[in-house]
Amino acid sequence: MSLSVENLRIAYRTLRGDVQAVDGVTFAVADREIMGLAGESGCGKSTLGNSLIFIEGRMKHVGGTVELDGKALPISDDRAMNHHRMRDVSIIPQYAMSALNPTKKVGTLAHDLLKSRGMKLAKVLPEFRRRVALVGLPENVLEMYPFELSGGMRQRATMVISTLLNPSLLIADEVTSALDVSNQRAVGELLTEFRDLGYVKSMIVITHDLSILAQIADTIMVMYAGKLTEKASASTMIDKPLHPYTQALLSSLPEVGVRYEDRELTGIPGRPPSLLSPPPGCRFRERCPFAYDKCVEDPPFMELLPGHQVACWKAADDVAGGAGREHNEASATPSGGAGDASPERGPSLGARAGKGAE
Amino acid sequence: MTRYFARKLGLYVLAFWAGVTIDWAIPRLMPGNPIAAYVDRFALNSQGPWTALYKLFDKAFGYNLPLWDQYWHYWDNLFHGNLGISLYAFPEKVTTMIAQAAPYTLALLVPAILLSYVLGNRIGAMAARRKVLDNTVLPLGYLFQAMPYAWLALAAAFYLAAVEHWFPVEGGYAAGLASGFTWAYISSLLYHWFLPFLTVFLVSFGGWSIGMRNLVIYELETDYARYLRALGARGRLVRRYAYRNAVLPQLSGLALQLGTVIGGNIVTEVVFNYPGLGHLIYTAATDQDYALLQGIFIFIIVGVLVANFVIDIVYIWVDPRTRLSMQGAAA
Amino acid sequence: MSGVDQAAPGGTTTARGASPTAVPLAGATAPAGARGGREAYDSGRRWEFLYFAVRNKKLLLGLGVEIIFVLAAIIGPYFAPYPAKEFVAAAALHPSSQHLLGTTYFGQDVFSLLLDSLRESYLVGFLGAAFAGLIGLAIGFVAGWRGGWLDEVLQTLTYIVVMIPSLVLLIVIGAYLKSHSAFFEGVFIGVTTWPWVARAVRAQTFTLRQRDFVDLARLSGKRGPAIVLKDIAPNMASYILLAFILLFGSSMLIAVNYDFLGLGPTNGISLGDMLNLAELWSGLQLHMWWWFIPPGAVMTLMVAALLVANVGLDEVFNPKLRET
Repeated sequence: MSLSVENLRIAYRTLRGDVQAVDGVTFAVADREIMGLAGESGCGKSTLGNSLIFIEGRMKHVGGTVELDGKALPISDDRAMNHHRMRDVSIIPQYAMSALNPTKKVGTLAHDLLKSRGMKLAKVLPEFRRRVALVGLPENVLEMYPFELSGGMRQRATMVISTLLNPSLLIADEVTSALDVSNQRAVGELLTEFRDLGYVKSMIVITHDLSILAQIADTIMVMYAGKLTEKASASTMIDKPLHPYTQALLSSLPEVGVRYEDRELTGIPGRPPSLLSPPPGCRFRERCPFAYDKCVEDPPFMELLPGHQVACWKAADDVAGGAGREHNEASATPSGGAGDASPERGPSLGARAGKGAE
Repeated sequence: MTRYFARKLGLYVLAFWAGVTIDWAIPRLMPGNPIAAYVDRFALNSQGPWTALYKLFDKAFGYNLPLWDQYWHYWDNLFHGNLGISLYAFPEKVTTMIAQAAPYTLALLVPAILLSYVLGNRIGAMAARRKVLDNTVLPLGYLFQAMPYAWLALAAAFYLAAVEHWFPVEGGYAAGLASGFTWAYISSLLYHWFLPFLTVFLVSFGGWSIGMRNLVIYELETDYARYLRALGARGRLVRRYAYRNAVLPQLSGLALQLGTVIGGNIVTEVVFNYPGLGHLIYTAATDQDYALLQGIFIFIIVGVLVANFVIDIVYIWVDPRTRLSMQGAAA
Repeated sequence: MSGVDQAAPGGTTTARGASPTAVPLAGATAPAGARGGREAYDSGRRWEFLYFAVRNKKLLLGLGVEIIFVLAAIIGPYFAPYPAKEFVAAAALHPSSQHLLGTTYFGQDVFSLLLDSLRESYLVGFLGAAFAGLIGLAIGFVAGWRGGWLDEVLQTLTYIVVMIPSLVLLIVIGAYLKSHSAFFEGVFIGVTTWPWVARAVRAQTFTLRQRDFVDLARLSGKRGPAIVLKDIAPNMASYILLAFILLFGSSMLIAVNYDFLGLGPTNGISLGDMLNLAELWSGLQLHMWWWFIPPGAVMTLMVAALLVANVGLDEVFNPKLRET
């Protein structure tokens, strides 16, 4: 097991109090696994990713432990973490296109960075050049300044620098969001290639874009309002999601071959709850068309099917009630108490149910 | 880089042209007749000699020519290094008078600007990361920024010179001392130089340190700084990068500040009766010594442009963006 | 290299480099608004600002001190112990219970003079800031919005104005122009200090111009000037306010320099004039500190209060500064 996270809690300090951005998450990433981490913006997925390498400024480690390759990762101790950064855990940040100091040549930056870590660039230089060529950057990029490169090129240079020391875990934060579709695909392929070539042992790919995860991820984990809602293999997640939130997320994706003049693309109505003082119980229940009395209790993140964890009372009932592998259809039909609880919130999943019928 | 340079050079030429033209135009645009005012000073009580003298001077200064010719002559003289003759210190050449005063001004300005810039940047950068220093540098910096130059100079002259007698109240060197390479003369120069220098230095210093503090704080929050820290770089490297990048806007700020510093310098020279250009232009104005006034004006503009040129070269040297691309960051 | 990639960092650099604080108050604070625009304010944001404004100690302190001085300027002369310009006592008296700040070389009451001179200092400061602000905004908006050759021309003009030292220019003009008013001084200060505002406003307009809501306004058929005034300017409101405060302070300081050299308004009296007279009549040599120390100290407090208020206001507008 490459990474295992136990009940991790990360807060943001604000004037109005602490915001629980990551509220007790537990999960693991296996060796050679690419795990996708998805959710709406503000759900805490980036905070979770960042907290594994750099707890900065107003972030605060409230509780929980992180283990990497069987050893504890001292995430709350900035100094102790320095030893692990880049070497054991590394990151391609969300701002990868502006992550390089504009007034230093790419090679100089790498040199200074490694020197600051007590290493020599000369030792890894041949490997550096090989990888630069692999990601499709010109040979002389080490002698170039970041402002001479396009945004996409800067991002690739950042990718290479971040993975130069072959980390066990790479956190790739929204690496595809600022790119056009063809580049998204190319960067996705590079990420899997990095894994296949052993540049990184395992990876967490953070994104709000489920389609890129369908392409590259082995497993997908979904977060909502600071909590985990569902985790399963990528194919299960795309084809047979159990959590109503995942279902809604998928239904809001455009589909190939569908003309959207004929059918409306639906978002999820409503907003996630404030994390300043989140209401007890399931955090999605305000927006969930299936919510019922039991949802005022916190649903545990439980393994309902082998390798498929979900935090939802409704899904648990469905699975336990023998709906079994047909749960997708079952949950799409509003039934019993769930339907009565919120008839006016029907449309989004109603639309999805309609899609299923087409 | 060539384009960046050509553009800058074009701006210098334009600024110089504008400066000279303004200088030429002021006496001709202002209400009243400068020649008449000048002739009035001879206090002639009959009309005849007055008119004769007026005609004489009108011709001598070329005011009787068509405007276009006057303008042309002005440039012609300028390129021949001829700035005219002082009326008050007749027949001293304006250029000679400027040459005598300029060293004093440069001796004040150059060290004050350089030292306040370098020290201000250092202290400001330190304040950006040390709370204790920040709590003292910041209020002090704001206080110095809020002080009028003239008052700071007066207060320093009053307390340190008039009351405590640590420094002389006025002058460039002790009266009656022969100039030359003697210890007595040079030490007297330094002794008189220190207080005016200190006031010019202090006011600029506050501005630089506060500016640098804010810029470094800003740089430390940029993406590249976060990235370096996320990859475990030592604080020293992050700060070095932040400092280098923060210096760039400070440097273009230095070019913009020159006019203000020169203004402050004039005031300081007047307070201390320091025999530099500031004092000279001030007395030229009170004496209505127009040729001298205009000559100093041109000289100062040339000085500002030369200083800008130097700053531009340094900027090209420290900012690769100006060197390698077309975007002139500090245009 | 795509254009969008460069515009953002380039824009911020210019905005920072050109903060209006570069007027003698060199780089005091990089105003919040300068760091990329924000969406138009809704009333909720305004209330939020107010919430933080009444809780910001720096803002309250600065504003409080400034209000005291403004009140002193407005009603002070009516409560002055002596008529300011008349010779009411013996010359060069030390401060005493009769004359709080002593008397001048001519026997005027320094305290009464001080109260009387506040008005003109404030007036010139306000006029200078208003003119510099208006010219700077106009030129910055036009250059940033229109771009192209007009931008080039205006930038060149800005550069030239920066290159010509204003005090030297005023000395030359002053040698010819024998008398002028406070209005003239204010206008002159405005005409020579606008470049800082123009540079920052231009840079921000440039960035905002590429934002979606501006495109939307353009698509909806609004004309350029209307977009600049209704969609772009409100996004800079906080910046403009901060810039005006700094300009106000720096104009007052510049005016002290001018007045001290005898280049100020010919009638009336200002804080700078008091310094000028004290210097001319050997107040320094005669150790009459009460003549020239108080006016400068008062001016320092007036400007420092503005600076402190400005820092506070910056914190109110900029959440990033607020929470640290």
